[in-house]
Amino acid sequence: MKIVGLSGSNVGATTRTAMDYAMKAIQEFDPEIETRLVDLADYELMFSDGRDYVEYDGDTRDVTQALMEADAIIIGTPIFQASIPGSLKNVFDLLPVDAFRDKVVGILVTAGSAKHYLVAEQQLRPILTYMKAQVVQSYVFIEAKEIHRGQIVGDDVSLRIERLVEDTVVLTQAYSQMRSARESAYAF
Amino acid sequence: MTDATNGMAEYRIDPDAGLEFGMYTLGDHLPNPSTGERITAGERVREFVEYAKAAEQAGFDFFSLGESHQEFFASQAHAVILGAIAQATEKIKIGSTSTILSTSDPVRVYENFATIDLLSQGRAEIVAGRASRVGLFELLGYDLRDYEELFEEKFDLLRKINREKVVNWTGQFRPDLRNAEVLPRPQDGSMPIWRAVGGSPASAIKAGMAGAPMVMAHLGGPVSSFTHTIDSYRDAAQRSGFDPATLPVATAGFLYVAETSQQAMQEFYPHVNDGMIRTNGRGMPKQLFAQSTDPRSIMNIGSPQQIIDKILYQHEQFGHQRFIGQIDFGGVPFEKVMKNIEIIGTKILPDVKKYTARNGSEQA
Repeated sequence: MKIVGLSGSNVGATTRTAMDYAMKAIQEFDPEIETRLVDLADYELMFSDGRDYVEYDGDTRDVTQALMEADAIIIGTPIFQASIPGSLKNVFDLLPVDAFRDKVVGILVTAGSAKHYLVAEQQLRPILTYMKAQVVQSYVFIEAKEIHRGQIVGDDVSLRIERLVEDTVVLTQAYSQMRSARESAYAF
Repeated sequence: MTDATNGMAEYRIDPDAGLEFGMYTLGDHLPNPSTGERITAGERVREFVEYAKAAEQAGFDFFSLGESHQEFFASQAHAVILGAIAQATEKIKIGSTSTILSTSDPVRVYENFATIDLLSQGRAEIVAGRASRVGLFELLGYDLRDYEELFEEKFDLLRKINREKVVNWTGQFRPDLRNAEVLPRPQDGSMPIWRAVGGSPASAIKAGMAGAPMVMAHLGGPVSSFTHTIDSYRDAAQRSGFDPATLPVATAGFLYVAETSQQAMQEFYPHVNDGMIRTNGRGMPKQLFAQSTDPRSIMNIGSPQQIIDKILYQHEQFGHQRFIGQIDFGGVPFEKVMKNIEIIGTKILPDVKKYTARNGSEQA
């Protein structure tokens, strides 16, 4: 199983801190899982111009390819201006409409205020379902006050991230079994 | 549509004769997934010529070849290959699906295809498209930001050259033409020029507004959604002052026949899936492919009788004049493609013609 962590902002350390914790939690849950963390702050991505993802090169091709090849993705995003950052939306725009078909996607949100709680529900989930993802039902919402100098301070947050990781892995296994059962019924 | 016979003569189509049946290849050059082996580019381009000859012998009306400049394709110089096909055949109509007009000079495209028309004694057609890839814009020195306008301007010019012996023209993307004679002229003075359309209504509406005949490509999906696209095309043509009865519609998509539907799916799926992964970066979901033998699915895959039923159903829904099937995608071995052509010629074509010709039991 390949899981890609996508840290969706070009700036800031809060989301990255939570994502680092999530990636570590995946390894602890099952060391066999192949993981890769893509922090958009480390890449120079082009803005989408509508071409097929296989026609980009450099970082843009590398990041889109990694996402297309993943079995599951954990998206970490901050909330800017009551929405997801443009950098994360650009990644979605770079990909085909059905990019997340047969993939499980877990969501982890960091925000400066609890007022942003429904942003992921109302703005991120519809994009992911449009792109055919199986979205993990519960997401982890983290207020910035729960992260201090690169460390998660509340017990609650780390436990919730561990549950998100477990849900993501187990759902990925379940969907993959369902798919192979269905596909073996087709005689081609 | 009583004047349809005369109205479509410009496009060398006789609707009374029933649905035209053709074969097309994108010109892809992909490995055979079951062996992992890929034939040479030389072998591949010679296959195109052999397929055209076999299609002619089997009674197909049309054979066409696409232009692509990306990896895994062998038909960059599609007009040259069509020249060879013109020489190797005698009566089958031949064309491009598609010529990427956006990155070519319409004068040169016309010169090439008018020459193919002369070589073939009046059998050449152009299907002009916009490219679904962007790599060729870089390769050939065009700016992707001009994507829309490059095509629209060049398509207008190409059609003007076809209509007018002496052309006066001004535009953005090539030098002006002043009393220019574009030579040679096709055998009958002009030749059919179609517009390639993806499955969406937006693109079909543009073809309708231009009053250009349309070749609509369909990968997969329900027949009814493509009916909507074709209706939008005819509406747009009507609103723009063209008579839809004078504008032929062709549809283009996967075609694969075997003795049974199971065998057809087993043989074809690995090629479609692997080929799509290599050329599009993602494959064909098995669930979608499993529906391809259903009459409501537009993919023409199955036993001979299933294919006949599907094509007749599509004809009833679309009222189109030509269907062209893509059989050879994704490294389908030569013998399998030839077998398909043979089965189509002996088992499918006679029924399709019988039931779609004006005097047949189906409406033409």
